Amino acid sequence: MPAFRSLRALFLGLGLMAGATPALAASEAISLPDTRFSFDGLFGHFDRASAQRGFQVYKEVCSGCHSMHLLAYRNLRQLGLSEAEVAGIAATVQMMDGPNDEGQMVERPGRASDRFKSPFPNEQAARAANNGAYPPDLSVITKAREGGADYIHALLMGYGDPPAGMQIADGMHYNKYFAGHQIAMPAPISSDGQVEYHDGTRATVDQMVTDVTQFLTWAAEPELEERKAMGVKIILFLTILGGLAYAVKRKVWADVH
Amino acid sequence: MATGLHKSDFQNPVIRWVDARLPVFTMMQKEYGTFPTPRNFNYFWNFGALAMVNLVIMIATGIFLAMNYTAHTGMAFDSVERIMRDVNYGWLLRYAHANGASMFFIVVYIHIFRGLYYGSYKAPRELLWMIGVVIFLLMMATAFMGYVLPWGQMSFWGATVITNLFSAFPLVGESIVTWLWGGFSVDNPTLNRFFSLHYLMPFVIFGVVFLHVAALHITGSNNPLGIDPKGPQDTVPFHPYYTAKDSVGLVVYFIVFAALVFFFPNLLGHADNYIPANPLVTPPHIVPEWYFLPFYAILRAVPDKLGGVLLMFGSIAILFVLPWLDTSPVRSMRFRPLARPFFAVWCLCFIVLLYVGGKPPEEPFVTIARVATAYYFLYFLVILPLLGRLERPLPLPESIARPVLRGGGPLPAGAMSKPMEKA
Repeated sequence: MPAFRSLRALFLGLGLMAGATPALAASEAISLPDTRFSFDGLFGHFDRASAQRGFQVYKEVCSGCHSMHLLAYRNLRQLGLSEAEVAGIAATVQMMDGPNDEGQMVERPGRASDRFKSPFPNEQAARAANNGAYPPDLSVITKAREGGADYIHALLMGYGDPPAGMQIADGMHYNKYFAGHQIAMPAPISSDGQVEYHDGTRATVDQMVTDVTQFLTWAAEPELEERKAMGVKIILFLTILGGLAYAVKRKVWADVH
Repeated sequence: MATGLHKSDFQNPVIRWVDARLPVFTMMQKEYGTFPTPRNFNYFWNFGALAMVNLVIMIATGIFLAMNYTAHTGMAFDSVERIMRDVNYGWLLRYAHANGASMFFIVVYIHIFRGLYYGSYKAPRELLWMIGVVIFLLMMATAFMGYVLPWGQMSFWGATVITNLFSAFPLVGESIVTWLWGGFSVDNPTLNRFFSLHYLMPFVIFGVVFLHVAALHITGSNNPLGIDPKGPQDTVPFHPYYTAKDSVGLVVYFIVFAALVFFFPNLLGHADNYIPANPLVTPPHIVPEWYFLPFYAILRAVPDKLGGVLLMFGSIAILFVLPWLDTSPVRSMRFRPLARPFFAVWCLCFIVLLYVGGKPPEEPFVTIARVATAYYFLYFLVILPLLGRLERPLPLPESIARPVLRGGGPLPAGAMSKPMEKA
């Protein structure tokens, strides 16, 4: 579809000219490897199996420190989990509810309608448990970082030994793609088999990072599939309408030119 | 027959009854039906109508967003994300509104460019032009306050930086800023008043747009030749000729708009605005929305804060007096061989300012911004006033109909403006 490609080029040009310029400045021109994802492109869609595995990675690894307070357990239905599975996942956490008729706060098992339970009650508690650093909420993380999913993927893969001569502060870790290269988060996904996938997929580091990136992108843009599918239909419709409008215009103007 | 009724030409009894008492149908027929319009418009003349449509889209989407938005520092960010997730087609409303703002500025910048190139600001359209500049200023204020509402990092810090500009004024500066904020920092009172004003301003814009159109319908439209229509052979009725032509432009506009909304909804935004506002963490680069960057670049080009603020406001204020700065009696630059290259450089400077406005304030961008800013003002204050005296314009065509028909033989019957039988 060359028409779409040139449109895309137009917008990229426009973006470079204008809004996207600070992107280059902000990331100190660290170039990200371009990772191919199923949700890229005009017909992009989520790989549901991968996103489900990604949720497992989030639950077993990330959720120890990172909240996702904008998501509800019911949202997982969109990834293909059944009502019973979602209810089961929700029931594994205890939520504080109330006050009840006696004025007491009560704990109860989570429900599908609950938002994801946050690991810490507040920012201070999160900082106290993490050496002063605040693990950001991951609900919209791929929209909140320049480079989006590419950046998250690169960051999670970007741990390693610092170049010779670089001093890493106490409690910090070297990361190739983090601004300033010193990040408080230790490599969260560091060894093959760290998560045991329910579906039998071999859990290599790259696989786990790809899956969790897929999951986080879905979490940030759950409307992505519907949006892109609608866009394709609307632009096709408008192209035809444009042809008709132009034909009408020619006919109306035929006696003037 | 009762006295005092309007004599209506409409045959339909219901329309006739209403029209006799309130001649809105006659008015619409006169202003948008038979309204004589120069026959030689190019597609640049679409952009006024496009801006009107864009304003309606912004108001329509905005009303529904406001139904679901919470103007509170602790809830605004999450309420916007709730619109994206839980409100039916909320993502469509919000992305259409956010990208609609960008589209609005693209359309209006082209509309202004059109006015500058074809001399639409010259007599007798000076007031029409000045009202247009007022609309532009109102748009900027509205867009700025709208960007604050999601209460992300750029919302907060953009609001802080821009409102702080007023502190540059001596003596009263600090008091003005406190008054704008409703406190001693950008906080909940600021967010609340910005929401209130953001809802109010579009309706003010709508009123001023009405004046803009009213003034236009007194002087009539300019055209690519910049000469006045001399008779019915030079014009066509607005409908169906320009309704048909505007429809073509409108569909193209919608295709561009749809590509942004559906495929690149965050391209023109800033990732930092998906991080909730935090007064304790300053983003590494505070950048306004792309459409403010040329003026932001002018602001930063001056080492002195007050000077920068004055120059930035001056860069728009100067447009008000443009009709008197441009001394050439020739409107269209088609016939101004000297003005054309100078104007091309001015356009280039505007784009350069847009570019460097998004760059960090360091070399070489500072010097580039200074040179472009200097030319921006030089063009209006020195070049245009002098050109009117020095330039020898090309001969103007006798009438609009003549160059269109090439030749000069008798006019075909179809070229005459005709009444509304097609409607």
